[in-house]
Amino acid sequence: MGDVLTVRNLKAYYQMAYFGVDREVRAVDDVTLTIRENEIYGIAGESSSGKTSLIKTFAAAIRPPLKIVDGSMTYRFGDLEIDPYKASKEDVDAIRWKHLSYIMQGSMSLLNPVRRVKKTFEDFAFKPMGLPRAEFWSKVRAHLERLGLSPNVLEAYPHQLSGGMRQRVVIALATVCQPEFVIADEPTTALDVVVQKDVLAMIRDVQRQMRSSVVFVTHDMSVHANITDRIGIVYAGRLVEEGPTRTLFTAPKHPYTAHLVASLPRIGDTTPKAALEGRPPNLADPPSGCRFHPRCPLAIEKCKTDVPPLETVGSDHRSACWRSDEVRPLAKIGTPEPEVVA
Amino acid sequence: MPSFILFAFKRFLQLAAVIFAGTSLAFVVAKLSPISPVETIIGRVTNRASMSPTAIQSLRETYTELFGLDIPLWQQYLNFWGRLFTGDFGPSLVAYPTPAIDLILLALPWTVGLLTVAVILTWIIGNLLGGLAGYYQNSRLLKAVGVVAIGIQPIPYYIVAFLMVIIFGYLWPVLPISGGFAMNVRPGFTPQFVLSILHHAILPASSLVLVGMGTWFFGMRALVSNIVTEDYVTYAELAGVEQRKIVSSYVMRNAIVPQLTALAMALGGIFSGTIITEQVFAYPGLGTLLIRAVNGGDTTLVLAVSCISVIAVATAIFIVDLLHPFLDPRVRVG
Amino acid sequence: MWTIIRDLIRYNIEFAIGAMLVGIIVIFSLLSFFSPYAPNDIYVVFPDQPPSAAFWFGTNSRGQDMFWNLTFAFRNTLFFGIMVAVLSRIISITVGLLAGYLGGWVDRSMMFVNDIFVALPIFPILILFYFVLRSDLNMFTLALIMAGLGWPFDARLIRSVAIGLRHREFTRHAVFAGMSPAKIMFEEHLPYVMPIVFSTAMANMIWSIGFEVTLGVLGFTNLNVPTIGTTLYWANNHSAMVVGTWWWIIIPVALIIATFLGLFLLAVSMNEYIDPRSRLRRMGGE
Repeated sequence: MGDVLTVRNLKAYYQMAYFGVDREVRAVDDVTLTIRENEIYGIAGESSSGKTSLIKTFAAAIRPPLKIVDGSMTYRFGDLEIDPYKASKEDVDAIRWKHLSYIMQGSMSLLNPVRRVKKTFEDFAFKPMGLPRAEFWSKVRAHLERLGLSPNVLEAYPHQLSGGMRQRVVIALATVCQPEFVIADEPTTALDVVVQKDVLAMIRDVQRQMRSSVVFVTHDMSVHANITDRIGIVYAGRLVEEGPTRTLFTAPKHPYTAHLVASLPRIGDTTPKAALEGRPPNLADPPSGCRFHPRCPLAIEKCKTDVPPLETVGSDHRSACWRSDEVRPLAKIGTPEPEVVA
Repeated sequence: MPSFILFAFKRFLQLAAVIFAGTSLAFVVAKLSPISPVETIIGRVTNRASMSPTAIQSLRETYTELFGLDIPLWQQYLNFWGRLFTGDFGPSLVAYPTPAIDLILLALPWTVGLLTVAVILTWIIGNLLGGLAGYYQNSRLLKAVGVVAIGIQPIPYYIVAFLMVIIFGYLWPVLPISGGFAMNVRPGFTPQFVLSILHHAILPASSLVLVGMGTWFFGMRALVSNIVTEDYVTYAELAGVEQRKIVSSYVMRNAIVPQLTALAMALGGIFSGTIITEQVFAYPGLGTLLIRAVNGGDTTLVLAVSCISVIAVATAIFIVDLLHPFLDPRVRVG
Repeated sequence: MWTIIRDLIRYNIEFAIGAMLVGIIVIFSLLSFFSPYAPNDIYVVFPDQPPSAAFWFGTNSRGQDMFWNLTFAFRNTLFFGIMVAVLSRIISITVGLLAGYLGGWVDRSMMFVNDIFVALPIFPILILFYFVLRSDLNMFTLALIMAGLGWPFDARLIRSVAIGLRHREFTRHAVFAGMSPAKIMFEEHLPYVMPIVFSTAMANMIWSIGFEVTLGVLGFTNLNVPTIGTTLYWANNHSAMVVGTWWWIIIPVALIIATFLGLFLLAVSMNEYIDPRSRLRRMGGE
């Protein structure tokens, strides 16, 4: 298994002049990670932890005032190797949709309201796919059917589709070119639970069929438990822990992860949930040392001054905590049973 | 599509209501007039030849009957309605006995032609420039267009037309400043005549375009700078959809819908501007006819032009409204 | 209020220019109170003098000092514009708040009437009024007529804001507290729509003065009252452009354009500043 995306010491900051004072918000701070072929990589964290900034950076979708400050980010699609922040706009546009696609947050408003779905497919996918017209449409229809959608949706306008249908159409749109890398930002958040389950199943199915890499972002840990292979935990713009989903749920090595995992409701669990004190830090003025230390039950003096590096703590498992050895799961839980989604 | 028919029917009711209210208002106001059309004509006739008092009296009775003034006001109102449907407003006084409607039918094509060309040009140019200015917010050229538009937009039609007459009539006389066609060209469907019409339309049309453009420019610029932040635009940009297509099919296409509604709302004002402009350029349309009628004390003609103006504008709004469902798919079902 | 105006002048170049232009015109029109000549006297100075140190704006063919004559013209025209603006604001506020707050059939029937007014071509109707009233069509009557025709656009705008206000928490509180609808509308909702009232008042003045000028130029108003329109009427009447008394036309046109530009810039910058949405957010902030 090769790596599709390699990120090294990536820093992306919002830089703005605000009432005459220059401000810098470190939304993505020194992130190093790799994403492999044929896996679903989850990114978890509270709201305003920098999740969305991170994957916008992955999607080469950042706009001023968010800027890349340092580091590198390289995609490898077969023989093609490209760092979108060093390549020309034409080269980046050439990989979009064909190799790299994106399911943006807010599926309700992603489709042009005055354009038939058909037209949107043509706008987005016709050029990247590079097929003659007839073949293109038979491929689009086949893809829709494979995802359990009627090709009739092509004739519809977005307002004629329900929220769940719109989300499914967007997923079909993002995967129709069989891209190697798909970024999905909170694709299920706005949906009700039943529809949510179907959409998750759809994402998993399409990933299995295409054997592509999916970066899946949500704040909902139960969704992560259901769908992801590995998870990266983001806190205040930093990656604080990363490991296989099962390992993170059973043996977290960062106190923040332990809290996130413990916050999940479980059948038969009657122990009261310990709420995490405080709020995520202001990224314009983050705490010194480990950014989690003001809220951390295990914090020591060193945490206030020194930034803990992300170090290997087990097989395929990294954590950025000075006291990672002492972290214990907060709730007595067995292995989370990932609900098998058909 | 039955929903379209329902939509059109509702709009048609509105059209009927506007025409009813507008023409009734015109009728009532005209009836308040102290100027009696009968006395105007008698005055004109007796100017030419002296007549005996009895002859004048019988003439007065004849005309009173001819204008239908010998019956109660409510009956006159009903008659007015009956005759409105046949386009019969009675004889014009300034060009007695030519029916007022004949004079209007001669003038109407000029106004409709000038108005249609000017409105379409204004709307397209204004929206296009405004849309581009909203999308390419850093373009110096488009910023300059914005400054010029700010300078011109608030000036009323009359002043702009007047300034153009001064510039092209006295300072740099290169374009014809009055009339609908050159005097030495015979009307007919000949190339010379058509060219002459176009030549004479340049100034009136461009003064209308200049004044009208600003509204669309600013409206479109504001709309577009909101629409570019919509998710579907960002998403298309992220998918690497060609920029030209994004500007046209994603940004402008969505902004056009409210701009069409605005066009329907603005037509009444634009019509007023057109007839003012016509007067300045002595263009042979409704505006010039209206001023002539006022100066000649021609009650019939003034009332007729007012009614036809109301009907023409309401019909134009109706037509623009009917285009709405074709631009906005959401109207079709709901 | 004053701090808002001060901030606008300081930070919004459009507002600053607009305020300056309108300020100059207002001061200019106020000078009419110190005029050495009565507004309607003719042949008080030597006619057809170009602008000079003695006659800043020259004199016209009717023997009037253009400077003092124009101060009267601008005073009358501005007064007319303000009168129409105030009267039509009263109608549009009443209709807008009633339709927006009461909703239902009141709203539907008011908007139906509103749409009829929007669709009427105003100019032929004004001419019809002139035709009927002739010399009775003085400034005040004309202002009444214009106010009666100039409210529908702004009423619709105010209504859309009022609809938003109706569903807000404080309105519900007021209803439960037993406030009468009239009290809610005019004490609770009116302050929210005042910003729109101000910015549309500027646009309305441009609109009404534009028509006044047009009617005046055509000779369709009382020609003995100096206004911008009648000034231009007399200039045309004496073929000012042809005989070379250009200052009789160019100066009033330049001043009136300055007035319109000033009012327009004020309207635009106020609109931007008090965009109803951001204004609502700020005023109703948690």
